[in-house]
Amino acid sequence: MRRRSIIGTSLAVVTAMSLAACGGGDGGGEDSKTVRVTLVNHVWTENIRKALPEFEKQSGLTVDVTQLGEDQLSDQYNVKLNAGSDDLDVMMYRPLQEGKLFAKNKYLADLSERVKSDSAFEIGDFQAGPMQATTYEDNIVGLPIITEQEVLYYRKDLLTKSGFTAPPKTLDELKAQAAKIEADNPGVAGFVARTGKAAAVTQFSSFLFSFGGDFVDSSGKATVNTEQAKQAYAYYGGLLRDHGPENISTDMSWSEAMAIFTQGKAAFYTEANSLYKNATDPTKSKVVDSVGFAAFPAGPAGSKPYNIPSWALGVNDSSENKDNAWKFIQWAAGKEQALAQQTAGVPGARASVWANPAGTASYPKDLAEANTVSTANGVGHDRPLVVKVAQAREIVGQPIVDAITGKDAASSADTANAAFQKFLDDEAK
Amino acid sequence: MSRWANEHRKWLFAAPAMAFVAVLIIFPVAWTGYLSLTDAEGSVRAESEFIGFQNYLDVLTDTDRFWPAVWRTVLFTGVVLLFEVVLGMAIALLLWRPFRGEKWVRVAILLPLVATPVAVGMMWRLIFDPNIGMANQLLGWIGIGPQPWLAGQHSALPTTMFIDIWQWTPMVVLILLAGLTSLSDEPQEAARIDGASSWQRFRHVTLPLLMPTVIVAILLRGIDALKTFDILYATKGRGGGSFHEVETLNVYAYGLSFDYNDYGVSSTVLIIFFLIIIGVMWALTYRKKGLGR
Repeated sequence: MRRRSIIGTSLAVVTAMSLAACGGGDGGGEDSKTVRVTLVNHVWTENIRKALPEFEKQSGLTVDVTQLGEDQLSDQYNVKLNAGSDDLDVMMYRPLQEGKLFAKNKYLADLSERVKSDSAFEIGDFQAGPMQATTYEDNIVGLPIITEQEVLYYRKDLLTKSGFTAPPKTLDELKAQAAKIEADNPGVAGFVARTGKAAAVTQFSSFLFSFGGDFVDSSGKATVNTEQAKQAYAYYGGLLRDHGPENISTDMSWSEAMAIFTQGKAAFYTEANSLYKNATDPTKSKVVDSVGFAAFPAGPAGSKPYNIPSWALGVNDSSENKDNAWKFIQWAAGKEQALAQQTAGVPGARASVWANPAGTASYPKDLAEANTVSTANGVGHDRPLVVKVAQAREIVGQPIVDAITGKDAASSADTANAAFQKFLDDEAK
Repeated sequence: MSRWANEHRKWLFAAPAMAFVAVLIIFPVAWTGYLSLTDAEGSVRAESEFIGFQNYLDVLTDTDRFWPAVWRTVLFTGVVLLFEVVLGMAIALLLWRPFRGEKWVRVAILLPLVATPVAVGMMWRLIFDPNIGMANQLLGWIGIGPQPWLAGQHSALPTTMFIDIWQWTPMVVLILLAGLTSLSDEPQEAARIDGASSWQRFRHVTLPLLMPTVIVAILLRGIDALKTFDILYATKGRGGGSFHEVETLNVYAYGLSFDYNDYGVSSTVLIIFFLIIIGVMWALTYRKKGLGR
């Protein structure tokens, strides 16, 4: 017998009342002149904050921004959305990570009518893949604002020193060049990348696709123990184990791996292009003058990096300030801001901006070329597309850390596949 | 005052406190207990089914995550308590008698206590970084090779224990020092006249007299150590590391709620955890009462 939980609703009401009581000031109701926007720490957010006065002037609204780290943002959504709190209006969220969960729980307002009735917003301008990730059961529940493709970061000086004239075009070449450079430069790792079980999954995905594998096949069956997947796990883990940093940990996310690369301690690094400013900003990087970018090296199935919408804007369905929330999104995800963001180095989801030479002019030339290859060959996901993504990432990420620590990647992939299939079956119930 | 109010004034005065307890203690525990009997997942507002004790059955037979987490919780608590009480006792005994510069030493010892655990975790994470951390650099100067510290699958838990001991031993020192200074001098004098050595005086006079205070210290620190979260989360992140190497019950329950959105299972783990803490508290207070007789 399934039933709506009365206690659940009362808890939500109690919590919402407490939260509302704590909020004070402008309650954010229909007549409110304040839009409460929750954003993640990101270059996009820094750019949008600088442009906010312009929006506030033209709209007459006040924007109240809450800016949080990725994990804190996610936790806050969990608590507030579960409680049915109305003190969030606009939410920056990850369509591939929590989009399905939020949409299924009806946390995200349906924006279809608003989007379609605004011809200037031009919804058709958004790339199809990213839009698909923010559409749930034919309803548009979010607008993608940041896209990412995986590219190869490398050190030009180290390549030259070891006699290489060009960055690797294949994964075999990557391994050979990493080994040679490591041997020629004691204390410098040949390759670095994310190693944390869940964190590594997104970057490992491009290796998986390029070996011809995927997380799930077209019939929805788990495929992380196919021959291609086993090869990909063994390759990624082996490359880090054999040519990674000397005291490699299995907890590295992008910040730790990026730090090793930008401190000059590694020759090659595969990562999202949206983070490139960390390597080219003299205040953050010691390798500004020698960093180069290349398309993701080809595996047996070719070069197949992911090409995904990493962040989107949505409206809290419990918000009583939806009109103003939409006004903010109209502006922040509009053509003008999209161009400004991409010019400032944040890849967006609008086709017109990619087609506009000004949209790619500010990128390093080699990065722009790599981006073109990635968007042409890219795969639209970088993690299993399920509701409980965090749990799925842990399951399919286990063979990565097992391979890094020298365990048998193939048998670990078999175990992970069985667990992942059970997970998929449970979720399908 | 009306007659009714006069007759019921004890309840009227107690009402705010009772409301506080009801809203902030009884309701959350009862709500968690209810959730633990359902298959709530995804959202606590979503429809859920009452499934009786199925979650308890699943959790108690889970040898993959739950029992290792219980073992780590017990191990972590036991080891840090042992070190903190022994070290705390040693330091308290040293500080017991006045000496020159005593104030400075006390301030220095209390410093770790006033820092936020998350900040402490992040600070030690930097120090123990296997590649650029200060700990390995120091080891290098004395000719010892780099250690994995928090990065190692088997060294992470002992390293987090070290951090906890570093931060919380001062609290034990404070409690024991308060106990020591309240002890009467006569039994010590009598033992000294009888020719007892320092060790004999400690073993047969000071320790038995101090035992109720020691139990209080164990009780307070024990409960705190059992539910340690911030240091583990700040040093190893979600899931207690890629191999769940520092995943205690608290970290596990957090992950079930915030990563997996499995509110039913998470509530079950929390209720079991709650019962464990109640059990430990009961055992320790029972022991303390026994000593008091």
